Amino acid sequence: MTVAQTTSEDAAPSGGRVLRTNLTRGAGLGLGVVVLWFSVLVLLPLAAVVAVALNGGWEGFVTTLTNPQTVAALKLTVGMALLVALVNIVMGTLIAWVLVRERFPGSRLLEVVIDVPFALPTIVAGLVLLALYGPSSPVGIDVANTRSAVFLAFAFVTLPFVVRSVQPVLEQLDREAEQAAHSLGASAGTTFRRIVLPALIPAIAAGGALSFARGVSEYGSLVLLSGNLALRTEVTSVRMLTYVENGNLASASVVATILLAVALIVLVTIDLLQRWLVRRG
Amino acid sequence: MRTKARAGWLAGVVAVATMGLTACSAPADDPSASSGAGDGAELSIVGFAVPQAANQAVQAAFAETAEGKGTTWTESYGASGDQSRAVEAGLEADYVHFSLSSDVTRLVDAGLVDETWADGANGGTVTSSVVVLAVRPGNPKNIDSWDDLIADGVEIVTPNPGSSGSARWNILAAWGSVIADGGTEDDAIEYTTALFNNIVSLPGSGREATSAFLAGTGDVLLSYENEAILARQEGSELDYVVPDSTLRIDNSGAVLKDADPTAQAFLDYVLTPEAQAIYATFGFRPVGEGVTVGEVEGANDPANPFPAPGTLLTIDDFGGWGEAKKKFFDEESGIITQIQVETGKSS
Repeated sequence: MTVAQTTSEDAAPSGGRVLRTNLTRGAGLGLGVVVLWFSVLVLLPLAAVVAVALNGGWEGFVTTLTNPQTVAALKLTVGMALLVALVNIVMGTLIAWVLVRERFPGSRLLEVVIDVPFALPTIVAGLVLLALYGPSSPVGIDVANTRSAVFLAFAFVTLPFVVRSVQPVLEQLDREAEQAAHSLGASAGTTFRRIVLPALIPAIAAGGALSFARGVSEYGSLVLLSGNLALRTEVTSVRMLTYVENGNLASASVVATILLAVALIVLVTIDLLQRWLVRRG
Repeated sequence: MRTKARAGWLAGVVAVATMGLTACSAPADDPSASSGAGDGAELSIVGFAVPQAANQAVQAAFAETAEGKGTTWTESYGASGDQSRAVEAGLEADYVHFSLSSDVTRLVDAGLVDETWADGANGGTVTSSVVVLAVRPGNPKNIDSWDDLIADGVEIVTPNPGSSGSARWNILAAWGSVIADGGTEDDAIEYTTALFNNIVSLPGSGREATSAFLAGTGDVLLSYENEAILARQEGSELDYVVPDSTLRIDNSGAVLKDADPTAQAFLDYVLTPEAQAIYATFGFRPVGEGVTVGEVEGANDPANPFPAPGTLLTIDDFGGWGEAKKKFFDEESGIITQIQVETGKSS
């Protein structure tokens, strides 16, 4: 605290000169806070993860990434997260559409309930899913300890993302353009494809990306339902916990680094795709 | 000058943020163990999740003694390995209670616990149990022994020995049952492979495995006797079988080097017959001689709750946890790890 105070005082007289450059005082402060906050929360931890991963050297990377259990877990996790993101893009947009455009009994309730999967503690979500879609399922669906369980858990926790990003855009959308298209003879399908969808694409892409990122890191909701069986239903978060339990932080960080790289690639691809689609109209 | 100015308010923000973080981590007293007399010691207990309720009962009894009067507690419970790593990384602790002795030796290596921690008559063990086979009420699949587990159509649930240290007791008990019968290491590999072929779920922890089993997964749950007894005390529908050959689970307790002296008094109290009798009511087998075990609700026979198995293996039969971890659970070369991968491929 003392250190901080003295430095602040030292710095005070020079403050004016700094801010004369091109940022206003408020903007400079805002940017500074953002950079600091972002560094403390995101950049430093991520850099630390990568640094620990590099501790094991090239050999560490190769050993970890040739481990059959780890490879299977990475494939399953990334593949399922992508699949779930795609399903969410379709289903989430549909749900958002229904919520905004249709009035039906219970729509208010749906509006509230849609966030529950995200808000529920994941282990509780896991228990609920196991009770409903496990061996003693009251509806006769048993996906416990199969890959479908991984899909189900991912889909459950990521449900709100696309809905919540598309919904506000849809609400703001000018309906006159749609009505004009309609009166000029365009079918409902054409109107949606040519008028509505282009406006929604950035929101859908953002929701899909969030959904993917959340799926890749999921643990709590599937640890009960998926069974964590090697090469079959084990996801990367369980692999990382195994490495940590054995005191092998380098390998755990290697897996995390790979996931980080995959997430980065996916996010950049989605961004490029979205720009391309928007430009194309 | 420009950098200096920026550094100035950056430092200010950091200071404020640090203060905020410190405020968040301020310890909270545990009301259940506090006697309210402000003159007692303030102790931190860091432990694995399973014995939390039992520890609280023992802490309350300790507060009734002359040495423990007025002691207040800060508690932290979680997965054994995670808790041990947290203390290694600086989590404040006076007394630790872990599932595996290797979680205490990690603290010895870090210079936090004295090397002689396990030299007492109890060998560092403060609570004890055995590996049991939990089954559906009435035991419809007639599971009585380890051999019954590898029959066709028997589905097994056990916590994941990869990610959960405590889960490793179960797998070693299965392995050891073959060796105890005079089998060779190859026989044990064959048996354990058959066992893994019947495993349908490997939840993250012992408690999660119990949840999965109670939700209908599998025919048999490999569990700890105290966990099965606790589940039955809570009204859950399961029976359990103590197999003829099983492994004794030794949970370790230790006092940290720079702990308050009252922590040592607490450890001494934990090892008294009086405290062990309290642990027994929660389903733990007594450590040490001369413990009068009363009725244990939830046990198969409450009047004789802890029947002696034919063969009781200990972790020393596997060379201690240091060796067993390397040999069986190394994530590349461990025997069990390899069996897990092999059985994963074949199905």
